[in-house]
Amino acid sequence: MNPAVRHPYIVVNATFVIALVLTAIPLPGWLDLLRPEWAALALIYWCMALPERVGVGIGWIWGLFLDVMRAGLLGENALSFSLIAYVTHHLYQRVRVFPMWQQALSVMVLIIMHQMLILWVKGITGLASHSWTYWLPSLTSMLIWPLIFTLLRFLRRHFKLA
Amino acid sequence: MTLRLLALALLSITMMSLDQRQHHMDSIRAVLSVILYPLQQLIDLPRESSEWLTESLASRRFLLQENSRLHAHQLLQRSRLQKMAALQAENSRLRKLLKSSSRVEERVLIAELLAVDMAPFSRQVILNKGRRDGIYTGQPVLDADGILGQVVFAGPFSSNVMLITDPSHALPVTVNRNGLRAIAIGTDKADQLELSHLPNNADIREGDLLVTSGLGGRFPPGYPVATITHIERNPNLPFATVFAKPSGHLESGREVLIVWTHARTTDANKPGESAHDEEAAQ
Repeated sequence: MNPAVRHPYIVVNATFVIALVLTAIPLPGWLDLLRPEWAALALIYWCMALPERVGVGIGWIWGLFLDVMRAGLLGENALSFSLIAYVTHHLYQRVRVFPMWQQALSVMVLIIMHQMLILWVKGITGLASHSWTYWLPSLTSMLIWPLIFTLLRFLRRHFKLA
Repeated sequence: MTLRLLALALLSITMMSLDQRQHHMDSIRAVLSVILYPLQQLIDLPRESSEWLTESLASRRFLLQENSRLHAHQLLQRSRLQKMAALQAENSRLRKLLKSSSRVEERVLIAELLAVDMAPFSRQVILNKGRRDGIYTGQPVLDADGILGQVVFAGPFSSNVMLITDPSHALPVTVNRNGLRAIAIGTDKADQLELSHLPNNADIREGDLLVTSGLGGRFPPGYPVATITHIERNPNLPFATVFAKPSGHLESGREVLIVWTHARTTDANKPGESAHDEEAAQ
């Protein structure tokens, strides 16, 4: 019925490319502030679903791309993404069996950690933003997690990734 | 896994510290930006195609109207240019009398902004021209109404421009009315600049036009930057709080001009040091 993908990395990396597109697609004013951390969400899902295949290395590489895309310091998102992958790897066996809302909460904690790290780097270079709206992506990422989870799980089952 | 994380973390921190001041990482960034460029073009595609569609579906009457309007505009500009030529000749003659080197005309290139969002709190945009077109880091970027910003990274096909409203951008300006010098610094807001370290009794009014002074050696002198919108003089504080609104269309607008400044120095002291010293300017 469906094509058995021999190389699961094609699907995984394609979702990261889509996440990058969603990260950079122009949105007006307030929506821009509400934009979830798409790439980080994709990373968390794949680290939980395919822990033997997706890990620190893949997180680091896509973090580096996000750095170039966002014109930040080269390495800030890479560092944060490898850390997200690492923490998810240590938690996935527990988080995977959580009910959805608890899963979403753990995702929010991870995204807050990511944002904190970025803010820390920006603070060291003297560019930190003091607006509370900076933290909105953590909240929206949590709210959109069930959707991301269902969508990526469908993809994983459709392409029979393991 | 832990070892790999530690190695990558160390690598990231090394890269960040190398990237922060000296731009040692620009070659790696250039390679990655080339890989990302098709993606950014793809993101820009909806706007590009909708523009193309409106253009090709425009009615004949609309095009005729636009044509006649542009004709009238062109005539006006040309009459102004005639005067300009005479003034320029006079200016260079007077400068010769004063024994100061004359200002060389600047070369410009039109580039387009890509409709791509960057990080929400930095004010940077992407242009569709890069090193292939001769763009270098530190180059000034403007539109028809004023200064927009400067190139902070030039990749092979695209380049990143930091707008003057970015909190980490500072621009030397003078008040057009009396030549008062100041520094215009970006704020967190999209359409606001702040003039720092102006004393309370400085001769500055609301509505004053600020132009580039050319003192930093990076921007050509005499281009409009902003108009003063708000002044607060508090005798308890050493400096006045002065805000200005940029003249260029920083948040809208599609086409921008990139300028090559040939004469970096206009004073007579250093006549030899002129073109292409962008590395030295850093």
